[in-house]
Amino acid sequence: MEKPARKLASNKKQQQVREWIIERLLFSSAIVSVFTTLAILGILLFEAVDFFKQVSILEFFTETRWTPLFEPQYFGVLPLVWGTVMVTIISLAVAVPFGLGSAIFLSEYAPERLRKTVKPVLEILAGVPTVVYGYFALTFVTPWLQNFFPQLIVFNALSAGLVMGVMIIPMVSSLSEDAMLAVPQSFREGAYALGARKHEVALRIVVPSAFSGIVASFILAISRAVGETMIVSMAAGSTPNLTLNPLESIQTMTGYIAQISLGEAAAGSLEYRTIFSVGLTLFLMVLMINLIGQWLAKRYWKRY
Amino acid sequence: MVSDVKIDVRGLNVWFGSNHVLKNIKIGFKPNAVTAVMGPSGCGKTTLIRAINRLNELIVGSRTTGEIFIDEENIYSKETSVFELRRRVGMVFQKPNPFPKSIYDNVAFGPRIHGVSDDEELQSTVERGLREAALWGEVHDRLQDSALDLSGGQQQRLVIARALAVNPEILLMDEPCSALDPMATAKIEALMRKLAEKYTVIIVTHNMQQAARVSDYTMFMYLGEVVEYGITKSVFENPQSELTEKYITGEFG
Amino acid sequence: MVSQRLGGKNGVFRQVKGSIVYVLCLAAVLVSLFSLAVILFDAIQDGIPWLNLQFITSFPSRFPAQAGILAALWGSIWVVGLTALFSFPLGVGAAIYLEEYAPQNWLTSFIRLNIANLAGVPSIVYGILGLGLFVQALALGRSILAGALVMTLLILPVIIIASQEAVRSVPKAYREGAYALGATKWQVTQGVVLPQAFPGMLTGTILALSRAIGEAAPMIAIAALVFVRFVPTGPLDRFTVMPIQIYNWVNLPQAEFRGLAAAGILVLLVVLIGMNSIAILIRNRYQKRAR
Repeated sequence: MEKPARKLASNKKQQQVREWIIERLLFSSAIVSVFTTLAILGILLFEAVDFFKQVSILEFFTETRWTPLFEPQYFGVLPLVWGTVMVTIISLAVAVPFGLGSAIFLSEYAPERLRKTVKPVLEILAGVPTVVYGYFALTFVTPWLQNFFPQLIVFNALSAGLVMGVMIIPMVSSLSEDAMLAVPQSFREGAYALGARKHEVALRIVVPSAFSGIVASFILAISRAVGETMIVSMAAGSTPNLTLNPLESIQTMTGYIAQISLGEAAAGSLEYRTIFSVGLTLFLMVLMINLIGQWLAKRYWKRY
Repeated sequence: MVSDVKIDVRGLNVWFGSNHVLKNIKIGFKPNAVTAVMGPSGCGKTTLIRAINRLNELIVGSRTTGEIFIDEENIYSKETSVFELRRRVGMVFQKPNPFPKSIYDNVAFGPRIHGVSDDEELQSTVERGLREAALWGEVHDRLQDSALDLSGGQQQRLVIARALAVNPEILLMDEPCSALDPMATAKIEALMRKLAEKYTVIIVTHNMQQAARVSDYTMFMYLGEVVEYGITKSVFENPQSELTEKYITGEFG
Repeated sequence: MVSQRLGGKNGVFRQVKGSIVYVLCLAAVLVSLFSLAVILFDAIQDGIPWLNLQFITSFPSRFPAQAGILAALWGSIWVVGLTALFSFPLGVGAAIYLEEYAPQNWLTSFIRLNIANLAGVPSIVYGILGLGLFVQALALGRSILAGALVMTLLILPVIIIASQEAVRSVPKAYREGAYALGATKWQVTQGVVLPQAFPGMLTGTILALSRAIGEAAPMIAIAALVFVRFVPTGPLDRFTVMPIQIYNWVNLPQAEFRGLAAAGILVLLVVLIGMNSIAILIRNRYQKRAR
C-alpha cells in the first residue's frame, strides 16, 4: 500500500526563519536594559578609577572638606553625602506623616467615591516637574520661613527638604494605600467583631499587616529623595558643608554634579573626574538603599 | 491495513511538574462519530484532548511521552508542524473565547494566518464556517459587529465557526455547553450530531444525559487512566467496570 | 466577664483617641492637597503677568521685557519627539519579549532585575552616562540626538513596565483560542495580544514622555549651554529645554526674571496637562470598548 503523504510535515521553513528573526529583534530590545546598566557602571568606574589614581580612597571617604574648585583642593565626599542625607531626613519628616496619614485616611476612613477622586489628585504632586518645586522652594518657602527664622539664608537645607517632602508624599501615600487596601476585609471584620473601634482596626490590624508594602513605599521615597537634583540645586545651595544646622547652605551629591556639569571644567581634568567619583558614590548609595528595601520587604512580607 | 481509527493514542503519558496526570493511555477514536470522554474532576479528560492538539505544550513544566497517530502519522514526531496540526484539529473551549474583534474578523482569523489573503475567498470561507455552525442566519447582516455583543450560545457557535473555517478533520470540545443555558445547549448538541457526519468529534462532558443524547462512543477515565470504552449505549446500560458503574450511579463525580 | 457597659471602662478615652486619629489623618490629606494648590497658585500668580504671545515667540534675552521661551519650547518638542520615536518600539518590544517569548532562565531574570533597578537610578546618573557615552565616546556632541538617546534610556524602564502590565491584562483565553487555530507565536502576538494591549502601551508611553518633558537633570549634563537663541533645525543641533531655561532664569539676579521663570513654568505645565489629558482620553476610550 502507498505511504500516505506527510500531510503534517512542515514545509514552512520560511515561516520558521521569520519567527526566529522576530524573536531575536524583540530580544535585542530587552537586552538594552542590560546594556544600559553596564554602560552606566562602565562609564562611572572607568573615570572614577582614574580619579582614584590621583585621590586616595581613604581621603575621599574620610576627609571632611570638599573643595575641588578652590585652592587648596580637598576631596572629602562626606559633606556632599551628609548634605544629601540631611535633606532626605527633612523630606521624610514631611512625607512619612503626611503620606501615611493620607493613606490611612483614604483606605480606612474615606468612602469609595472620595478615595477615587482624591487619589489621582494626590498623584498630581508626583507629576509636577521638579523645577517647579525648586522655584517654589526658593521664591515662596524660603521667604515664608524667614518670618520664623530670621537667620535663614536664601539657600538652605530646610526649604529644599520641606518641598522635597511634599513632592514625595504621593509615593508614600499611594503605595501604602495600595498595601492597606490589599489587607483582606476578613481581618478587619474579625477585629470589629471583637469590639475594636475604627482607629484601633486601622492602626493595630491594617497597618501592621501592610507593613511590608508601607516599608517599600518609604524605601522608594528615600531613593527618590537621594537622587533628586533640581530642588536642591535651586534651593539648597552650592556650599559643601558638614553641619547639623538645616538653616545653613549645603550641597548634595546631585547638586554638585549638576553644578560641575553646567560649569567649565575641562574634560579629562581632575575636577571633571569628580563628576564620576561622586556619581559612583551616589549610584552605589541608591543601589544599597534598594537592596535593603528588597531585603526588608522579603522579611516582613505576609502571605494571604 | 485499512484502519477504522482516526486518532490512535499509544502509550501516552503526561506530567505537569511531578504530577503524573495521564498514565499510559491507549485508546482509538473512531472517525465520523462523536466520542464522549467522561470521568470525575481531575481524571485527566481535558489533558487528554489537549494532548491531541498539543496545547499542553503551552503550560510551563509539562512533559509528554508516547505517541498519538492521526491517520498513521505520529503528531509528536519531530517533523510534525504543530501549527499545521492545530489547523487540522480544531478546539472549542469551556468558556466561549471569541476574540475582541468583529464577528467577521473572528472567523477570518484562522484562514488569514494560514495564508488566505484573497478577499473573495475569505468571504466565502467565513460564510461557509458560519453556516456550518448554524449561526449564519442570525449574524449575516451584522458581520462587522463586535463578537462580544453576542449571547453566550451564539459566541460558542462563533468559536465553532472559527474552528471550522480552517477545514479541520477533528473537533475537540471541552465541556462546550457548561457555561450555556438549556436552549443554547440544545442547539449545540444538535450541531454536534450534524458535524459528526463530516468530522471526528470528541467531547469532554460531565453531563451523562448529554453523553447519552449526543455521543456514539463513550470513554470513561479515572485518575489518569482509561477505565472503560465502548458504544455509548453499552457503557451506560452494561458497564464492565465497577468504577464506571459507581460514576454512572452518581456515587462520585 | 465582659463588661456590661458599652465600650467598657475606657470607652470615653478610646473614643477621644479615635477622633484624634481621624482628625490627624484628615488633616494629612488636606494639608497635602493644600500644598499642591499653593504651589500651583504661586506659579500662576507670579507668571501670569509675564505670559503673553510675545513670551512664547521670543528668544531669551538680557532684557526681561524681550525675553521669551521659544528656543526652549522647540528644544523640548524636538527632544521629546525623538525620544518617543526611539523609546516606544524599544519599550514595547522588550515588554513583548519578556511576557510572551522569554524562557525561564537566569538571563531573563537578570534582564527583569536590571529593568527594576534602572527605574530607580537617579536621573542625573543618566545624564552622566549620556555625557560620557553619547556626547563624548560616540562623538554626538551636545546635540538633540544625544539628549533624546539619554531620555530614551531614562524612561525606557517605565515604558517597559507599563507595557508589560498591558500585555498581562490580555486574557489567556484569547491566546489559547489563537494557538488552537494553529497560529505561530508571532501571529498570536500580532493578531490578538498587541491589538488588545496597544491602548495601555500607548497611555504608558505618553505618561512616560510627559515625565521626560519636565526632566532637567539629565539634560543639564548633556546640553549645558543655557543661553540658546535659535530654534533647532536638526537632530545634531545644540539645544535647550524648558526646565533648563526656567532654572537659568531663576538663577539670574534681576527680580523680573523670576516672573519669566514662572511664566515658563506655566507653559511647561500647560504642555504637561495636554499630554496627560491625551493619555487619559485614550485610556478611557479603550476601556469602554474592550469588555
